Amino acid sequence: MEATGFVHKYPDNVDTDVIIPARYLNTPDAKELAAHCMEDIDPEFIHKVQKGDIIVGGANFGCGSSREHAPLAIKTAGVSCVIAATFARIFYRNSINIGLPILECPAASAAIQNGDKVKVDFDTGVITDETTGETFQAQPFPPFIQNIIQAGGLMNSIAE
Amino acid sequence: MGMTMTQKILAAHAGLETVEAGQLINASLDEVLGNDITTPVAINEFKKAGFDKVFDNTRINIVLDHFVPNKDIKAAEQSKQCRDFANAHGIVNFFDVGEMGIEHALLPEKGIVTAGDCIIGADSHTCTYGALGAFSTGVGSTDMAAGMATGKCWFKVPAAIRIVLTGALHPAVSGKDLILHIIGKIGVDGALYKSMEFTGPGVASLSMDDRLSVCNMAVEAGAKNGIFPVDEVTVAYLTGRSQRPWTVYEADEDAVYDETIEICLDELEPTVSWPHLPENTKPASQGKEIKIDQVVIGSCTNGRLEDMEAAWKILKGKHVAKGVRAIIIPATMAIYRECLVRGWTTDFVDAGCVVSTPTCGPCLGGYMGILAEGERCVSTTNRNFVGRMGHVKSEVYLASPATAAASALTGYITDPRTI
Repeated sequence: MEATGFVHKYPDNVDTDVIIPARYLNTPDAKELAAHCMEDIDPEFIHKVQKGDIIVGGANFGCGSSREHAPLAIKTAGVSCVIAATFARIFYRNSINIGLPILECPAASAAIQNGDKVKVDFDTGVITDETTGETFQAQPFPPFIQNIIQAGGLMNSIAE
Repeated sequence: MGMTMTQKILAAHAGLETVEAGQLINASLDEVLGNDITTPVAINEFKKAGFDKVFDNTRINIVLDHFVPNKDIKAAEQSKQCRDFANAHGIVNFFDVGEMGIEHALLPEKGIVTAGDCIIGADSHTCTYGALGAFSTGVGSTDMAAGMATGKCWFKVPAAIRIVLTGALHPAVSGKDLILHIIGKIGVDGALYKSMEFTGPGVASLSMDDRLSVCNMAVEAGAKNGIFPVDEVTVAYLTGRSQRPWTVYEADEDAVYDETIEICLDELEPTVSWPHLPENTKPASQGKEIKIDQVVIGSCTNGRLEDMEAAWKILKGKHVAKGVRAIIIPATMAIYRECLVRGWTTDFVDAGCVVSTPTCGPCLGGYMGILAEGERCVSTTNRNFVGRMGHVKSEVYLASPATAAASALTGYITDPRTI
């Protein structure tokens, strides 16, 4: 599985309150949530994001609340993958559980710039910045987690 | 190789003799929790995957606390969806308006969670119950759905940071000041993926309400859980309250810790987190220049009876500063009632405060105290991220109930020892 898209870059400690502010948590509807994705850190994001684009964050991406609405909003906005130096743990497991691909790679997080075109190979964990030609190796998921991802999320994997 | 307290609880719940940090396990759950924001997503996932039965209707807890009494039509629809699901599945621990409380104050108070438990909740502050000697962690709605269906959850066994406490807190310093101090020291990702295991002779001096505040904010340092050993304070709290027999786990003497941090409680002073991260801590005494518009005293972090008492001792017989809106929110109906019986509610109102029924409301910028552009709030809640309590250009300063009450009286951030 691969994804290619343009990068929207953010700093360290992007929290779930800026990914999807709590004032919009009065609905579980993914499309309504996606319409406000990243609103309190980047109000233009939702107007410029294209299907397949990639979010690159710094350390501790997705810290704060357990709201699964955050990865759900990102996924539904059309984002194909989130790359970060590290993820907050609840965001990390929520992304796996709902089938939003994420990769931890401090080197890629540091080097990739806003607007770069990036290709991600999920099978090998290789991240290629097509704008600069640089490549990075992300940690592959352990088999247990790969099984959840391949089943299309946690509920599918336990229903099997 | 020895195990930490957290690792021992996880091993027991996974049916394994030993586990080690990094190991992936499938553990049995004693309790599963969700609220009016996260449960609707879990219900949708539960149904979508084709489940029609919960694993045990006595082990699932649904607490309407974030937006109740409902703030708008959409919030009312979410509560209704939770109510209908609870009725359809005979969920015993479903808590609606009139009997609800903020989930992490309510479950310990009712004795639903107890020492030795393995608990997940679709709310990040589920780590609160570590105060009782339980393993307890926040997860998302899909994990809640899977937990409701199977009674199990996958975990990566965490490594640990040991926090050794010595001495005792000054009377005006609380568990909130301790956890803010720790987050200031190690940073908002200083315990990422790890457990924070508290130990040392200073533990005995901390009340249960202090411990609940400390574990509540373990997640604000990125931790998977915070946990206290079971001692006389724990046993006194659980006796006559715990609905199930409890199990005491202790860390092995040769348990492995990534890091050990020593904290002398005597040296701590009232501490405040400046915007916009909980790690931006300074002594409250440095806040004289920070004029404030609002004070919130409540939340899953600091809405318990000792928190109300700390605020009452400072506010009784006085009046909040002109221009400060002071909002007090007892965290459960039992605490709300106790404030009435003890006359504290009257004193709060006479001091110019408003007193609300339990709700998470303002903490997450839901309702009941939203900030306008440029406004500042001293709050006993747990997060001060950009826009957390309202406008993206508003500011939240995290503090203890004593510091918040003292600041309400003066109109600027105030060390409660000066009142």
